[in-house]
Formats: sequence, C-alpha cells, structure tokens
Amino acid sequence: MSARGATTDPLARFAVSSARRRRDRIARGTILSATLIALVPLVLIIYYLLHRGLGSWSSSLFTTDPTGNTFFKSSSIGGIKSAILGTLEIVALASAISIPIGIGVAVWLVEYGRASRFAHTVRFFVDVLTGVPSIVFGLFIYIVLIVGTGSTYAGYKGAFALALLMLPVVIRSAEVVLVLVPAALRESALALGAPRWRMISSVVLPTALAGMVTGVLLAIARAAGETAPLLFTAGATLKTSSNLGQFMNSLPVQIYSDVTSPTTAVEHRAWGAALTLVVMILIVNLIARLVSRRSRLA
Amino acid sequence: MTPTRSSARVADVSSEGHPRLGRHDWRSPAPAPEPPAGARPGSASGGDAAVENRPGLSVRLEQLRAFYGDAEQLRGVDLEFRPNEVTAIIGPSGCGKSTLIRCINRMHEEIPNARAEGRVMLDDLDVYGPSVDVVAVRRAIGMVFQRPNPFPTMSIFDNVAAGLRLTARRNGDLRPKVEAALRSAGLWGEVSDRLGKPGAGLSGGQQQRLCIARSLAVDPEVILMDEPCSALDPIATLKIEELIADLKTRITIVIVTHNMQQAARVADRTAFMLDGRLIEVGPTQEIFTNPADLRTEEYVTGKFG
Repeated sequence: MSARGATTDPLARFAVSSARRRRDRIARGTILSATLIALVPLVLIIYYLLHRGLGSWSSSLFTTDPTGNTFFKSSSIGGIKSAILGTLEIVALASAISIPIGIGVAVWLVEYGRASRFAHTVRFFVDVLTGVPSIVFGLFIYIVLIVGTGSTYAGYKGAFALALLMLPVVIRSAEVVLVLVPAALRESALALGAPRWRMISSVVLPTALAGMVTGVLLAIARAAGETAPLLFTAGATLKTSSNLGQFMNSLPVQIYSDVTSPTTAVEHRAWGAALTLVVMILIVNLIARLVSRRSRLA
Repeated sequence: MTPTRSSARVADVSSEGHPRLGRHDWRSPAPAPEPPAGARPGSASGGDAAVENRPGLSVRLEQLRAFYGDAEQLRGVDLEFRPNEVTAIIGPSGCGKSTLIRCINRMHEEIPNARAEGRVMLDDLDVYGPSVDVVAVRRAIGMVFQRPNPFPTMSIFDNVAAGLRLTARRNGDLRPKVEAALRSAGLWGEVSDRLGKPGAGLSGGQQQRLCIARSLAVDPEVILMDEPCSALDPIATLKIEELIADLKTRITIVIVTHNMQQAARVADRTAFMLDGRLIEVGPTQEIFTNPADLRTEEYVTGKFG
C-alpha cells in the first residue's frame, strides 16, 4: 500500500502484491491436493476391480451356477450365473413396482397436491424414507413378510425391499423434473380445452420423459448394488431360478458370501462378481447420461 | 336455465341464426338430454367451416371481479366485446388486463387460491354457470400467450393437431383441419414441406403463428391474446397484426397489449383499464384522439404508465 506513494510508476497500483500471489498459490495447491487425495481411493478401487476381477472373468464364470464345493479345487467352485440372473430378476420386479407408483406420486404432488398440507406431509415422509438406511427396508420386509407370515426367503420379498428403497428416489427425481416443465405448456394445453388428465399425459409427461428416465435409471443403479435389503429377504442360494417365489441369488449377496469364504478361489470369484456388478451399473448409468442429453428441459 | 339452453341449442343447430353454438357441447356429458350426434353436425365439417365467414360471438362481462387469495385484482368490470371486432385492452402493468382475459376462458381459476365473481356471458351463455363444462368453454374461447410456447415434444403437425387430439374423443383425418389452421395463421407456405419437424425449431414469430394455428384448429368463436407480440421483432409483429385483421371476419378477438401503436393499428375498439377497473371503452380512434376521461388521455399521451 505504501508503495503507491513511494513509486513514480503510475501503473504500480495495479500490480499484484507478492503476498497475494503467494496466498493464491497456497489456496490453489490446497484444493488441488484435496482433489488428488479424493482420487486415490477411487483409482485404487478401479485398479483392483480390473486387476483382480478381469483375472477371474472367464466364460464359465457367467455360464455356470456356483456349486458350493468350496473346499475342492478351484475349477469346481462354479460361476455366478444365478447371481447375475437373480439380480436382474429382482431389480426388474422392484422397478416394475416402484417406477409406476413413484411417478404416480410425483405427478400427484406436482399437478394436484401442489402446496396443500397433505402434499407437504407426503414430501416430508418421502424425504425421511430417502434417508432410511437400506438394511431397515430389509428388516421391515423380514418382519412383515417372513416373520409375520411364518414363511421363508423369496426373490419377490427381496424385490419388495428394493422397491421400498427405490420409491423415494424415483418420487423425488421425477418430482424435480415435473416441476421444471414450464407452466406455460400446461396453460396452453388447458386453454385448448384439454382436460387435466390429457394435459398431463400428452404434454407434461412427454416433456419430462427424458429427465424422469434418467432419475429412474439412477434409482435402478442404486438398488442393483444393495446387499443389506436382500440378505434376509431373498436369501442366498446356488441355483438359477426364474421363480420369484423361491430363494434367489443376487450379485451383492454372492459377493458377500464369497468374500467371507476361507477358500482363495472363491475369494477370487468375489472380485469377478464385483466387476460384473460394477459394469452392469456403469451401463445403466451410461444409458441415463445418454437419455438426459436428449432432455428437452434446460 | 338448463331447459332454455337446450331448446335454444336445438333451434340453433337447425336454423341458420346461430350455427356456432351448436358445435360445442356446453354441459358436462352426464346431464345432456339430446343425443350428442345432434350437437356436432357443425364440427363434422369443421375443416371447411374454418374458412367460411360467419358471425363471431359476443362476450359480455357483468360486474366481473377477480381475486388472488384475498387480494382483489378486478373490481367489478362491465364490458362487452362485440362479435367480429378486435378489442384492445390497454393500461399500465398490474392493472388487471391479463387477469381480465384469463377470466373469460376460465383460466384464472387454474391459479391456486384464485377465484372470480360476476358473470361472463358468451352470447347468452354464462360461462361460470353451474352446468357449464369448463373444457367446452376453453374450446370455444381460444388463447394465445405472451411467449410462443409450442409443445416441445411435438412436430409442427402435431402441435396444430394437439387441440383436436387433446379434446375430442374420436378424430377423423386431421390433415385438412391442420392445413386449414396453418393457412389461416399464414404459416402454411413456410412449413408445408416440414410438418414433421419439431415446432420448437421455428423462429419466434413462426412459433407464435404456430400457437395461433394451434388455437384456430379447434375452431374457436373467440380468441384471447395476451400481449402476443411482446416477445417478437417488428416484422414478426406485423405478420401477426395482419393475421388478426384476417381473423376478425369470423372470430371475436380480444388483445391485451402494452404497445399503443399496436392497439391503434389492429383494434376497432379499445378499452383502458386502471387499477382493476375499466376506465373507458370506445372506438379506438376516439380513445386515442378524444378520450372522455382525463386518466385515459394522460395514459395514451404518455404522461404516466
């Protein structure tokens, strides 16, 4: 500051002081290192997944069921076919339940409930559900559908637990997108003489479609990776099943049981299963990204 | 009221006197005493009907009051929009112009906590009457908004057909109706070779004419325009104004505008509003050159507003 009076250079007051330059360098360095530190575990996870997972990938991994013969030679432990198909079946049923209900709730909230007291209550409970730990959904289904009915594990019970987990995510993401649909479009449709339900089905939903698909796919991706809700609802089993009323294997549960196995070959299979799960979720996420690019909302 | 209307409508359909009332099913479907087939002979020939010149319908506001919650935005307006005339509504921002026209096709009630009192008479039908179907009212009274807002997921063709598809239970061939509406809106020549392209790909002025075509396609008796040119450049504005002059031969037009030159160019009659009240209405020439009320004179000469 005092340099301003001392120097004869009229431009000196525009010069950046060296102290400020130093503070700038320190601040930049700090946030850069924070970024790098955060990257370390991410890179390591991907490295180990690829390194160990690709090593255990083979055609038989995808085409055979686990045998359960964990104490014999590694070639006889079997693959993860039942887990892959089980995950697909359970997630498909969970989606079939949660997506229509969730979008229905979101449409009601945006188009009908609006700022009513009941709508606020619904939003509050949806927010609470979003924060509930996933194991609690599993526990709830366990108490109601397994202990309550005196029956045992089944694929559809796991799907119910995942559907509960997905529901708040679907509702919230769809609601956000529906709110983005310009009010002017709703007004034009109503001013043309469209009944409210036609306005919603022919103008609002198509406009919001891409955004809603993105939100739904992210909910699916999240549900596909959950272990806790499936552990004591769908159970763990070896055989591939297309009957959702029976025990059903899934990738997260398979990984969980393989990792806890004392046999090295089985532990390796866990890496293969983990990489498979990550690739499946990655594909869903990529589709979500592609779809969101086609969105007609800003 | 219901029996009177029923008999009046039967008469309308059969005679040439009011051929237009019969085209709309005013009541909600449930209490309709006549077979709906009798109510729609006009709409079957809607394609060419849109081209021929017929008298429009008058709209008469009687002690119209409108509220947003507890706030009174319109404080009792009596005003008649005559058939086949363009009436401009002018006045400073917030004076209730938009609220007023939104009351005419009952769009006002779409806003939470908003309500209207008084009567809006479309010819001799009270659009706020207890047995009146709001959907039929909006079909008969079309609306064009401030910003062009074609449906973003639809093609040009689908945008124009939207009104027909969204309202009718069954539709025959939509092509002639879409073409007639686009021709009426002066857009056919510009878009006839790309009807399948998205409506959002057109220029602002074309989009606004597309929106006008969209509201023309359902064959309305009245069109309400809420500052239709405020988002457009002067050339696009000129085209819309020419279009308004064409349309008034068969449609009653109410246009809200901030642009007093525009009111002077397009309107047969002009209404000046201030603070939720109608101050003065009369032939446009008179309102601009020899207004009866001092406030009108101050506004049109730019002393305030």
